Amino acid sequence: MTRLNIQKTYKLFIGGKFPRTESGRFYSINDSKGELIANMCLSSRKDFRNAVVAARKAQSGWAEKTAFNRSQILYRLAEMLETRSKSFVDEMVLLGLSKRKVEKELEKSVDCLVYYAGWCDKYTALFSSVNPTASSHFNFSVHEPTGVVAAIAPEVSPLLGLISVIAPVITGGNSVVVLASEKLATSSISFAEVVQNSDVPGGVINILTGNLAELAPHMASHMDVNAIVTARGALINGLENEIVSNVKRNYDWSKSIDIHNPYKILDTQEVKTTWHPVQTSAASGGGY
Amino acid sequence: MNAAQLLVGFKPTPVDLLGVNDRITRIKSRSIKSEAKLQGLQMALNMIDLTTLEGADTPNKVRQLCYKAMHPHDQMNGIPTVAAVCVFPTLVRTAKEALKGSNVKVAAVSTYFPSGQSTIEIKLRETQYAIGEGADEIDMVISRREFLQGNFEYVLDQIIQIKQLCHKNKVRLKVILETGEIGSLDEVRKASDIALLANPDFIKTSTGKIGQAANMQVTLVMLQAIWDHYQKTGVQVGMKPAGGISDAKSALHYLMIVKEVLGPEWLSNKWFRFGASRLANDVLMQLAKQESGVYQAPQYFSKD
Repeated sequence: MTRLNIQKTYKLFIGGKFPRTESGRFYSINDSKGELIANMCLSSRKDFRNAVVAARKAQSGWAEKTAFNRSQILYRLAEMLETRSKSFVDEMVLLGLSKRKVEKELEKSVDCLVYYAGWCDKYTALFSSVNPTASSHFNFSVHEPTGVVAAIAPEVSPLLGLISVIAPVITGGNSVVVLASEKLATSSISFAEVVQNSDVPGGVINILTGNLAELAPHMASHMDVNAIVTARGALINGLENEIVSNVKRNYDWSKSIDIHNPYKILDTQEVKTTWHPVQTSAASGGGY
Repeated sequence: MNAAQLLVGFKPTPVDLLGVNDRITRIKSRSIKSEAKLQGLQMALNMIDLTTLEGADTPNKVRQLCYKAMHPHDQMNGIPTVAAVCVFPTLVRTAKEALKGSNVKVAAVSTYFPSGQSTIEIKLRETQYAIGEGADEIDMVISRREFLQGNFEYVLDQIIQIKQLCHKNKVRLKVILETGEIGSLDEVRKASDIALLANPDFIKTSTGKIGQAANMQVTLVMLQAIWDHYQKTGVQVGMKPAGGISDAKSALHYLMIVKEVLGPEWLSNKWFRFGASRLANDVLMQLAKQESGVYQAPQYFSKD
């Protein structure tokens, strides 16, 4: 008797769970011969909204973790991805990508996570400053996460592209709602399985599949989203009013081919500047 | 009639748990069109008893809450006020003064809230005090101690005495069953039936002071008890689920279930209330979403 293949149902990843889209809609991904590979959820604005609620709930807890702990968790993501790389390669080859290129992409994806894992406990030390003042005060500028970030992954390099928009955002203590590549979406949901197994708290990374043109206006106008980063061309055209409604940060990463770039972490950071009186050793009565 | 006479022939009505769950599942999965949603949200806001019942309540905190009650979100036009502000008796006068000139009522919790572990003399005096301070409504708790021992006459007698005091002073009475402490849905139905014998103005699910607060199952059972009581006696009694209802969507579900079980006569703040502190802002956020088409963020809405 021939055995039936057991196909994976690709769903969304919201709040650490795998719900179907509330809209009940889907779109199909086919291989080069036109055979169906998978049906993907076609996310609606309500799915995006639910993801933002989950992201908002998770953000403060993620930001409050020690930088070192965030680093460990990002490294854990890299470990889990490495151990599953073979299945990712198979899955992406099925989409018609060349095996050699996909293997390279897997290596780069793991390296990207390790790279940003390293930055978790270093970027504040490197980029914060003690500013010159004219009085006996310290004046510090330090970085703080902006909050919930909507990210748009590129259409090509489905895994590396996805990770390269997620990693710098969560490194800085933000939570992220990311829209994956539309045509090559399968590996993004498989990556969600990696995320779920890597001690990343539910809601810190949320992954949607669907259509950018449909979702972009809602990403731009949502008052509880603090920043948008996109690796799929400038988003701002025609959406300026929506984006400024709550003064969102808006960065176009599609031109920066450099994946290893700590300044991307700063794109989703707010700078807090604060004063503190200088406490001299004399005033403190010694003890220094 | 006294409590003993009212309880002659009292028979508990069993609750069909599967039926209750099934009905709720159906209500929850129903889609609400945007026009109905807008109306429902405005209605829900107008039914909220904005509540603060903390040991840390101060007159200024109550004043702030009262301002929120009268001005939920001035940035938008056509927003109704909430129904009432619910406080401890010692803060009634403060609330009454702060709400002067508005339609917002002042409700006071009474009868040794939230435990009810005291004597009837003390409960009556506390209620009298709250009324004297200017309360428009009294939220009393039933004696769970006696209910759990099967001493229904004691429970009913206390409700009757408090009710007489309230009605003599033209004050409306809500009876809190604290369903989280009385057990299964059968027990909830029993407690509702007993409380309804006294013809209070409202029956209410919870104090909000224990983990298990209002849910849809309990509310449905209490609504059915109200309906049966109405069929039998013609006396209309209101309903107030309290505690744990924090999002607009569930508020709409509650309104649907009220409309279905009791009908449109109950869909005003005279006969239906939400006891909640966080619900108001979520309803406001959804109203703003309906108006602007844009999903909102909590930091643009005043806290209390």
